[in-house]
Amino acid sequence: MKRHLLSIADLDRTDVEALLELADSFSEVTQRDIPKVPALRGKVVVSLFYEDSTRTRISFETAAKRLSTDVMNFSVGGASVSKGESLLDTVRTIEAMGIDAIVVRHQSAGAPHRIAQWVDASVINAGDGCHEHPTQGLLDVYTLRRYRGNDLSGLRVAIVGDIKYSRVARSDVLALGLLGADVRLVAPPTLLPESLEGWPVTTTTDLDAALDDVDVVMLLRIQRERQRDAVFPSLREYTSRYGLTVERAARLKPDVLVMHPGPMNRGIEIAAEVADSPASVITEQVSNGVAVRMAVLYHLLAGGVGTAGGDQR
Amino acid sequence: MSTEHAPHGAPEPTHAAASRGGRFVFRASVFDAEALRRAFTRIAHEIVERNHGAHDVVLVGLYTRGVEIARRIAAAVERVESVTVPVGALDVAFFRDDIGLRQVAPLGATDVPVDVTGRVVVLVDDVLFTGRTVRAALDALGELGRPAAVQLAVLVDRGHRELPIRADYVGKNLPTKVAEDVRVRLVETDDDTDGVEIWGPPAAGPADGPSVDGDQGS
Repeated sequence: MKRHLLSIADLDRTDVEALLELADSFSEVTQRDIPKVPALRGKVVVSLFYEDSTRTRISFETAAKRLSTDVMNFSVGGASVSKGESLLDTVRTIEAMGIDAIVVRHQSAGAPHRIAQWVDASVINAGDGCHEHPTQGLLDVYTLRRYRGNDLSGLRVAIVGDIKYSRVARSDVLALGLLGADVRLVAPPTLLPESLEGWPVTTTTDLDAALDDVDVVMLLRIQRERQRDAVFPSLREYTSRYGLTVERAARLKPDVLVMHPGPMNRGIEIAAEVADSPASVITEQVSNGVAVRMAVLYHLLAGGVGTAGGDQR
Repeated sequence: MSTEHAPHGAPEPTHAAASRGGRFVFRASVFDAEALRRAFTRIAHEIVERNHGAHDVVLVGLYTRGVEIARRIAAAVERVESVTVPVGALDVAFFRDDIGLRQVAPLGATDVPVDVTGRVVVLVDDVLFTGRTVRAALDALGELGRPAAVQLAVLVDRGHRELPIRADYVGKNLPTKVAEDVRVRLVETDDDTDGVEIWGPPAAGPADGPSVDGDQGS
């Protein structure tokens, strides 16, 4: 049993399917009047976020609390980090307090891997630079399975937008690839990665052609700050060529699913009307995120020294 | 990530023997399909008698075989009383006291179709052994509501309780040794014929525990 969740690339298909099946049980728990189980009582989870995040942090915190763990927030802004403490010292300090898991978001790709080498606690990557955001990848395939059944093979998924700098895209591509989906990436040439070697995907710069027969459209957030890097001429031009506008959405198959990892720029990568349309499962992605993160936490922390199964009476 | 826990749908390694490399050998057959059917019918009668009918009763099976047994008892109640009894499924994994001591994976999603508050809930499982599963089930059930009463029906009570728990309805009291294993097979869950068997270690050497009077559970 692995101790950490650092990257979808560390998982195989069986691992992913086991986690998604576990998430089904937690999905039921989250719908109860008392959406909480005592499974991880006494465990301590620390969230260590070096980047701003509201939704991911709250989602992890909700998941951890519904498993009855104690959750500590290490807020980087006001603490020792601004006094110049190194990552290693920060992590060692946290670990010395006696914790079971660290949920890390960091602006540098690979930071969670590094931390995992330093500590005995389980490390969960909540987004590292442009590398990966594995729980987002898991919750996206989980959401698709809820709507399209457990067999995603051959499902045509278009991922549209800032592929190059998106850790969500990376984790989604890997997770969808493991489950056999047919993934196409759509972006301006400046927002496609330089190399796609080893990725089970096709690419295009023509959104209208790519949308012809797709079953799922995943929009990525356009990081407006990148406009300064001149990766596209203007937001208006981006929207006209790569935004899921009302007109484009009208041409999609009637049962298409529209997804977005949030936070959305309404009117840029996705029209407000499309985000609120019945095809949109954006809110469900958020709810499913809690169940999937519960599954990850439970899987890593429930541990067990015994053998699988055993007599349960 | 580990794949040690069985995926849903696959038969989970419920029996101790499954994790001991299958070195257990067959000892005795306790129930055949016909005897099982009679046991379910008798339990159905007892539930109806004890509760003066079945109108307030909900049968809640514990995964995996308890769910199927609950369905069969419900069918028997329907034959006896012409009342349709709601059947639910309860997963107790997250309420167990051995999380961290071994791999504890949920066996299915809890699904109880009615509000249990104010009703008589009959928990149903295949084998009553240490009582720890039932303890976890009481906690899991408490999260769903406040039943007027909770009763327990089991197909086999094999003794060796580690908690002060007893069954209200028992298909058969079966004296066993701790080292032995009671295997319940059902057509629906085990792709097999119905039956209950005792398996045990091949050698007739010293047992792990004393044989007990099977009556202690009822």
